[in-house]
Amino acid sequence: MAGISEGKAPESNGESDLRFDLREHSVRHINGRLHGDLSGIRHVAIDHPDGAHNLAVGVDAPVNIDIQGHAGYFIGGMNQQAEITVHGNVGWSVGENIMSGTVRVKGFASECAAASGHGGLVVIEKDASSRCGISMKGVDIVVGGSVGHMSGFMAQLGTMVICGDAGHGLGDSLYEAVIYIRGKDHGLGADAREEPMEETDRRKVAGLLEKAGLDYAPSEFRRIASGRTLYHWNADAEQEY
Amino acid sequence: MADRLEGLALEENATYDQEALNYIQRAARYGMYDIRGLGAKRSLPGFEDLTFLTGSMSRYPLEGYREKCVTRTAIGTRHAENPIELDIPITIAGMSFGALSATVKDALGHAASEMGTSTTTGDGGMTPEERASSETLVYQCLPSRYGFNPDDVRKADAIEVVVGQGAKPGGGGMLLGLKMGERVARMRTLPPGIDQRSACRHPDWTGPDDLTIKIRELREITDWRVPIYIKFGATRVFNDVKLAVHAGADAIVVDGMQGGTAATQQVFIEDTGIPTLAAVRQAREALEDLDMRGTVQLIASGGIRTGADVAKAIALGADAVSIGQGVMMALGCNSPHYWQNGEAVSALEDYKALGTKPGYCHHCQSGKCPVGITTQDPELEQRVDLEEGAKRVRRYLQTLNMELTTLARACGKSDVHHLEPEDLVALTVEAAAMAKVPLAGTDWIPGGAGQ
Ligand code: SF4
Repeated sequence: MAGISEGKAPESNGESDLRFDLREHSVRHINGRLHGDLSGIRHVAIDHPDGAHNLAVGVDAPVNIDIQGHAGYFIGGMNQQAEITVHGNVGWSVGENIMSGTVRVKGFASECAAASGHGGLVVIEKDASSRCGISMKGVDIVVGGSVGHMSGFMAQLGTMVICGDAGHGLGDSLYEAVIYIRGKDHGLGADAREEPMEETDRRKVAGLLEKAGLDYAPSEFRRIASGRTLYHWNADAEQEY
Repeated sequence: MADRLEGLALEENATYDQEALNYIQRAARYGMYDIRGLGAKRSLPGFEDLTFLTGSMSRYPLEGYREKCVTRTAIGTRHAENPIELDIPITIAGMSFGALSATVKDALGHAASEMGTSTTTGDGGMTPEERASSETLVYQCLPSRYGFNPDDVRKADAIEVVVGQGAKPGGGGMLLGLKMGERVARMRTLPPGIDQRSACRHPDWTGPDDLTIKIRELREITDWRVPIYIKFGATRVFNDVKLAVHAGADAIVVDGMQGGTAATQQVFIEDTGIPTLAAVRQAREALEDLDMRGTVQLIASGGIRTGADVAKAIALGADAVSIGQGVMMALGCNSPHYWQNGEAVSALEDYKALGTKPGYCHHCQSGKCPVGITTQDPELEQRVDLEEGAKRVRRYLQTLNMELTTLARACGKSDVHHLEPEDLVALTVEAAAMAKVPLAGTDWIPGGAGQ
């Protein structure tokens, strides 16, 4: 199907059902269209993001969206169903509060990737900065590179697979979320502990790596989970709380 | 001599009075601080320290029982396609499902709808019951993000980004495991029965520049339809209001030190923040400084109890007020009995079991509310009847509104929003200084211009 170009954007190369150019269209115009009737639309391309914030937020449709370059903050926020790929780096809080679908970053992500995500999958192919997966509530996160400090802080549910290293305080105050790490950690946070990898863990890691398109042996990963010592308030824990 | 000795023995030490003694002995016994509900117990400069200069000769009052006084209030006129239109400038503050039972949330929705005003969700997300019963529902985006989702965002009539609360600015809450029932736990994605510590800051932004972008994200998701409020606990109000305006807020909710909570450390409740009357005045000054009064609306909360409090908050610069604890008390909080099938049933034994009495209770954190308001226990929850509860809250709001218009008319105003600081004087030097209105009988404003 020939691409439908919105506004004055150049015609698509024929691969996209909808094509937008950030040099021609506003973020508002694009998001408004993405919140409208997308029946019959399978693929959307967004050209020249040039660091724009809030692209493709609140989408609730089974479409593929390709953002063709570096983008800003909150890309793909609160996504439902869509398969969003950023062909570049992103700023803070990519895929925040994602509910379902996928947000994939081909490059690097800044802080708070997939913060408070409830479901779906967020893939950062290179490194993610600090507080990746903070407050996660069921999302799966796969980071091809390393994550910064305090990643997984207060994470409640879901899985984070880190193929590289992690900064200090990994998994601080974890609830039921589980972190798998292949490289070094620079210190686990309060109440996070290493647990033996079981067959189910290896299967879970293998499945997520496959979805992310990353080729590592699950046996190279370690499992980090909550020690559950802080599930009930304990004054003696003092600053370790 | 014996009398004299007896007298001396009962002399209280001003530094180590009963309260300080109790505190030290409790700390020594348990090695931990107190966690409790409701708001500050200490006496603070408040709206009761102000009085209205109503009409007489130099100003002309309106006829109380004949002439109309407008109470309609628009919130969120700055950017939103659909600003909130309220019949009265009195709203119901955010209180969570979890802290309150689902029945209570539902009752608040009904009461607010009948009065043409809004109610607000809380930590724990939006219950379908409260969405159905609330004609105008403000959806809170809290640091914890429990149960926060785009479907509910789109169902909301306004979104309130909560930065902090008056009872605990800078701190998170603590929902003890007793209140973490199956449904609450499911909505919060936590295991049932554990103590839940809610976050004190948002997971995806940390400063006003990030918040600006976050707010735009919320606007994009809702297609710029609904207003975005920012709520914070009153501390550095002047600067915080300026930053909130810069971040793009349509309305600002300033929650003063008298504000309540379901559960937090006593030290937060008593020793952080500033009183509501000082906060409202500073917020108004910040909006005036930015030439944003009337463009960005100001909602005042924190210990507002009576129609006079509402009128004074509006005169000091608020466009509307928001009430939490007062509404709970209207439902029967701290009452000696609860109602079942039209009969008053004594709750005295339940208060006793908590180690308290009606009029002194602040045990919302326990989940064992004697009158069934702040509980998840199915038996206790039945102590609030949905219809009766809604009726009581409606009558309370109606009374406040009548008192508000009575005072406004007495000041010669045909619209409550015409009340102004000039209509007020203070009864104490402290209140005069904080509210920046003259001490009664003088034209002296402590710290005012030229001093
Ligand atoms: S009566 Fe219930 S709502 Fe009121 S303070 Fe006690 S526990 Fe809290």
